[in-house]
Amino acid sequence: MRLAIDIGGTFTDIVLEKKHNIFTKKVLTSAAKPELAVIDGVLELLEELKIKPSEIKMIIHGTTLATNAIIERKGAKCCFITTKGFRDVLDIGYESRFDQYDLLLDKTISIIPRRDRFVISERTDIDGKILNPLNLDDVNPLIKKIKGGKFESIGIGFLHSYANSKNEKFLKTILKKEFPELQISISSEVCPEIREFERFTTTAINAYIKPLMSRYLKSLETNLKSSGFNSSFLLMTSGGSLTSIKNASGFPVRLVESGPAGGVILANSVARELNLDQVISFDMGGTTAKITIIENKNPSKAREFEVDRKSRFQKGSGLPIRIPVIEMVEIGAGGGSIARINKLDQITIGPDSAGSSPGPACYGLGGEYPTITDADLIVGKLNPKNFADGKIELFPENSKKVINNNIAKKLNFSLEDASIGITEMVDETMANAARVHSVELGHQTENKTLIAFGGAAPLHVSRIAEKLKVKKIIVPTNASVGSAIGFLKAPVGYEIVQSYRFFLKDFNPKALNNFLNKMENESKKVIDLKNISSKLSTERFVFMRYFGQGHEIKINIDNRKFANSDIKYLKKNFENEYKKLYGRVLPNAEIEAMTWIVSISTNQNSEKNISDIKNNILKSSKDKMRILSVENSKYIDVAHYKREDLKPGYLIKGSCVISEEQTTTIVSKKFQTKVLSNGYLEITETRRTK
Amino acid sequence: MINRSEQLSNQLMWNRLLSVVEEQAQTLIRTAFSPIVRECGDISAGIFDLKGRMMAQAVTGTPGHVNSMAESVKHFMNFFPIKEMNEGDIYITNDPWMGTGHLNDFVLTTPCFKNNKIVALFSCTSHLTDIGGLGTGPDGTDVHMEGIYIPMLKLADKGKINETLLSMIRQNTRQPVETEGDVYSLAACNDVGCKRLVDMMNEFNIDKLDDLSNFIFKKSITAVQKEISKIPNGTYSNSMMIDGFENPIKLNAKIVINKNNLIVDYTGTSFKSNFGINVPLSYTKAYTSFGLSCLISPEVPNNAGSLFPYSISSPEGTVLNAIYPASVCARHIIGQMLPDVVFGCLEKAIPNLTPAEGASCLWNLTFRGVQKDNKSIFAITAVTNGGTGARPSKDGLSATAYPSGVKGTPVEINEAVAPLLFLRKEFKPGSGGRGEFRGGDGQIIEIKSSLEKDLEILAAYDRIKFPPRGRKGGENGKAGSIKIKNGRNLKGKGTQLINAGEILVVETPGGGGYGPYKKRSKKLSILDKENELG
Repeated sequence: MRLAIDIGGTFTDIVLEKKHNIFTKKVLTSAAKPELAVIDGVLELLEELKIKPSEIKMIIHGTTLATNAIIERKGAKCCFITTKGFRDVLDIGYESRFDQYDLLLDKTISIIPRRDRFVISERTDIDGKILNPLNLDDVNPLIKKIKGGKFESIGIGFLHSYANSKNEKFLKTILKKEFPELQISISSEVCPEIREFERFTTTAINAYIKPLMSRYLKSLETNLKSSGFNSSFLLMTSGGSLTSIKNASGFPVRLVESGPAGGVILANSVARELNLDQVISFDMGGTTAKITIIENKNPSKAREFEVDRKSRFQKGSGLPIRIPVIEMVEIGAGGGSIARINKLDQITIGPDSAGSSPGPACYGLGGEYPTITDADLIVGKLNPKNFADGKIELFPENSKKVINNNIAKKLNFSLEDASIGITEMVDETMANAARVHSVELGHQTENKTLIAFGGAAPLHVSRIAEKLKVKKIIVPTNASVGSAIGFLKAPVGYEIVQSYRFFLKDFNPKALNNFLNKMENESKKVIDLKNISSKLSTERFVFMRYFGQGHEIKINIDNRKFANSDIKYLKKNFENEYKKLYGRVLPNAEIEAMTWIVSISTNQNSEKNISDIKNNILKSSKDKMRILSVENSKYIDVAHYKREDLKPGYLIKGSCVISEEQTTTIVSKKFQTKVLSNGYLEITETRRTK
Repeated sequence: MINRSEQLSNQLMWNRLLSVVEEQAQTLIRTAFSPIVRECGDISAGIFDLKGRMMAQAVTGTPGHVNSMAESVKHFMNFFPIKEMNEGDIYITNDPWMGTGHLNDFVLTTPCFKNNKIVALFSCTSHLTDIGGLGTGPDGTDVHMEGIYIPMLKLADKGKINETLLSMIRQNTRQPVETEGDVYSLAACNDVGCKRLVDMMNEFNIDKLDDLSNFIFKKSITAVQKEISKIPNGTYSNSMMIDGFENPIKLNAKIVINKNNLIVDYTGTSFKSNFGINVPLSYTKAYTSFGLSCLISPEVPNNAGSLFPYSISSPEGTVLNAIYPASVCARHIIGQMLPDVVFGCLEKAIPNLTPAEGASCLWNLTFRGVQKDNKSIFAITAVTNGGTGARPSKDGLSATAYPSGVKGTPVEINEAVAPLLFLRKEFKPGSGGRGEFRGGDGQIIEIKSSLEKDLEILAAYDRIKFPPRGRKGGENGKAGSIKIKNGRNLKGKGTQLINAGEILVVETPGGGGYGPYKKRSKKLSILDKENELG
């Protein structure tokens, strides 16, 4: 038996897996001491199921705690020590503005202010040669400053330390001796990659959240033990794999955004079960929507993302974190997002959300602005008497009022047109984001499959599919606790990314083999091998580019010992990938290898394949819901089903509404819906559009 | 999508067009070869109706392309009438006066067809690293010294690529492979835009864009005019001195506001320079309207309608309306000063809204020299900035580009690409002008050759003699400087030698302050002191 715990901003989701059955529980997050709600919730669920804590074999945990500490600036008081002459790297960044037209723009300020950034004479060059060793005369004044600042944590980042970490490590040793009680994070361990702004920022953030996260993890572990649990305990990382408490406490920056990563892992496991190669994972909740491309059963990965993005989630407006991460675009459009009219008489959505308090106007808790949920209610996608399984009563009159006053009257629209206007605008916004993101990754959206989960996704997914020309949609079971279920599907693993730069013509197989072996051994050390029964597999990648180009491309390479002749192998792999992305190669340009990835993980359990079952065409339900037609803003009757009543094999032709406890799936008339053998809804296009 | 209220579908399609041009731009960025495009986003992409009016433009790093590209499609249509356009045609030019202001920018325009009928034009431009000539600097004394000059030509005729033209281009650049690659990536991005447009027209069931086009222009014109009409009628003037090349230059502007129209005229501005800092009028219009948009109508996306209410002129022969054969390669130096000039005028009309003057022009570190192998030549441009002017309610931004929106490159990457060693790159405390709100700080940068060899710097800097001025009693920012450490001063513009072993010191200007310093809040003053910035 395994247990997954996902702490979100509002709710803590608990999922218990017993053989092939899933039991879930949602409790309110106890913000001040999140471990308390976890323990209470877990014990309650176990009691309901008459299971003893000692029967649990594994606990997997993901949390937004690290993310929140950064966004709310509630981390430790820490200082950052860097190479003399480069005190302001954390603030200078890319010297750019994320919004071209905003004269009053605020840049995201560094997490460690200039006051707490100190310098020391030392310098390493691009090849890792030490030009100046650490200047010991600078050490005493530095120690004095640290004593004066009452810091809890220290970050150290020197130029080119990814190429040679000697100076950083030496300073760490000195400071550890002087301040044994302080946590120290050094950039050559947190993020050994070229590009100082990202490396230093990632290190500073790690230092900033380290005291808080290690305290919390320790307390949770102790509490679990004293409650009778003696299972292994693993943490979900932003890269989509699981890691030990020890490693998570050392590098808590890798826990940022681990919840959403769990959702993508769920979508990926659905893709494996159904054998889908071209997938878009679509997760829409109360405040944001997240989109990830999954190709050949692998979610697209990135080496970097931004935390604490400003309004409209604009690119470049947050702090860059350079860690292995599942790549997703986040849009400020969820059920609670507010609709408005701008100066051009256009309906705009979000990015601000009414949240859960006061919430959408229809909650009757004082919400004064029209939200997507209000529009969904007027459009007829939600049943006011049966929202959240009847736990929350909805008041359509409130929605009418706010949509009329804030949208319809201003545009001279009918209530119906205004409501359709809002839902169309949000669907259009998400479809556009998905399309642009696909292009950035060199993909098209046509003919992919959308996998929809999160409370609001099934309401909107079929319209978005039409806009993206997607012909197949999957809505898995338990879609609203997708992240926690995803944790259960995640492999145990660790990924090390490190820069080691050379021109391909200077290829030295012996040095490279040593370098990669060292990375592999370090990864294995991090993975806590006890309790892991399945075999480990290793993947290697290298980022290469033509010398002089700004960006590298990622190449998958064999996991084997390299010989002199492999210079050809590396060149061929690079050129193939380059051609795939950009159409042609540059025969005379020099090729440069930059950064290497060694990724170790347990082999993922092979999923149970679904079995084919005969279609059982369902007669139209007598139960109807009245839904506004996108085409003419008139109400039409649409067949309504309860998901619990639908049996595998059932086939529903045309438009329908399928409701379940936490969400509702809306299917438009272009599609037909089949219930698969495992209960997933498979929604496919029935006729071709011209 | 029948019967839906027309306004709603027009709104949706307008949003879609903005997404289409964004996809067009992303395709270009992803496939381009020039680092300045890939790293810094120095490109533009847009869709035009059959009257040559720009309907939507991608938001990228280069305001300099805003209006200039909008105008360029009309020039293409004069040479290649719509009636004679065929599917598979691609038109090309790098004419500074009909394109986007210097020879490095190639502009490509592609007609888009749906069911064999032409429905729109897609156009795009990007900055190519090398097009021959003297290289990217202001040293040239006429445009022909600045590289290959391509007139209005067909790059492709009904799908057949003009191989003669491509070999001419290849032969006239120091980087033939990359340059050819960039030309192809420009062509590819227009194709992506066209494909998406046709998809949209199918989905919304339309065969022409006329109605949508009129809707966009009408909405945009009305929105901008409404904002202009809030500004009191009157005539507002301002002038600003800058360093220039051989002589200081006066930038003189007069803005006339009459109900909902706004006219900018640069009469009184100095005459053209003998060197490559001259600005073609299209580029003058671009940065002027960018400044106006930031202040007056930031919410309205760029299109022919949103630009329509602004009329911009400068007498022929002035540095802001330099005519052929003036050299124009580094036209950005003066172009990027224009928002400051415009803000100075409008401060008199709508006080308390405009920022103080900033460093404004980019302080790019462009070096050339011999590589480690002693044979090949390296060239590098590291995007670098000073501080922006303080705002009416906030400090300016330190080491940040404005009005340009291009991105910088990290020190470690610069050292990986070129044999340079950075000894220092950090804020210059106190370089931002003091005031109730402080100007953004500039930077101090120290660099030498990591090979202990000679280096050339291609300087293109301003605000060395005339620092950014404060507003409303705020103090001026500190001027920039360029010199050899413990040695001679260098010139702000032109290619100069740094001898082996010498250390170059560049100090970028700080932005002007806003409001009297004595009004600065205690809290901010304490923070300044704590952070050792005040």
